[in-house]
Amino acid sequence: MRRHVVPRLPEWKLSGTIIDANQIGRVIPPHSADVEAGRLRLFARATGETRPEYLDDDAARAAGHRALPAPPTFLLCLDLEVPDPFAWISEMGVDVARVLHGGERFRYFAPVYAGDRLTFSSRIADILQKKTSRKAFVVKETDVTNQHGVKVAEMRATIVVREP
Amino acid sequence: MTTMAPAFDSVSIGDMLPMLSLPPLTRAMLVLYAEASGDPNPIHIDVDVARAAGMPDVLAHGMLLMAWLGRLLTQWAPQRDLREFGVRFSAMTFVGERITCSGRIVDKQERDGERLAKIEVKTMNDAGELKVVGDAWICLH
Repeated sequence: MRRHVVPRLPEWKLSGTIIDANQIGRVIPPHSADVEAGRLRLFARATGETRPEYLDDDAARAAGHRALPAPPTFLLCLDLEVPDPFAWISEMGVDVARVLHGGERFRYFAPVYAGDRLTFSSRIADILQKKTSRKAFVVKETDVTNQHGVKVAEMRATIVVREP
Repeated sequence: MTTMAPAFDSVSIGDMLPMLSLPPLTRAMLVLYAEASGDPNPIHIDVDVARAAGMPDVLAHGMLLMAWLGRLLTQWAPQRDLREFGVRFSAMTFVGERITCSGRIVDKQERDGERLAKIEVKTMNDAGELKVVGDAWICLH
């Protein structure tokens, strides 16, 4: 018989520390990705965006942008543009199926537009776990720089690892 | 049309941003967001995978709800004035749920030569269940 009790998380049995704390500070190899206009239009459509400045080059320029702007949360999508975007999780010895996205934070320093090429440099910033807890929290910080070497944003992702 | 930001002196703590209401979540919306975002996790689009993980159905990407909150912010002030935006994903969102995004000014500060408003943002379903909560700092002029 199937239990239908979600959205609460299932209970898990505890078996000690979940993740090796030595992972704190580990640097994830940087990668680069292009901000493509077509991808921005697809993202706008997928998020229900209908304002012309996010869909049309001319409208974007008329609104004072130098090209189509990348919306606030789009940066994270380009950070996924690697062969295995969850490799940094499995490399910690964690099964990706046990991971949830707990939170995300962006700090913005300069706008990002279609035509930019961004480089993502990430590290494991923190791991929070209690011996008595059934969860661990892993914080990944990412610096995003553009083709001119200007830092355009910082991202801080928190993932929740459920104990098997 | 360009978003016109409200003036720093014209806003007060407690003021609400214009709300953003979304249509009920569909599988098609999740498939489209999966493709647009590049998120390869099948739990959002394949019901067999979702059930194997103990879920009753596919669930929304948290980042889709955060993107809607981003629209809430950038329809109130130009995106170039957004300084910081963070959220916590507190409950899962399933197909059929109708989400509303809201924002409220909770602080005003001068910092680093800029005049900033702090906005508390949240998404809720029709039953009032909180899905995503967070905050944003926006520079006003």
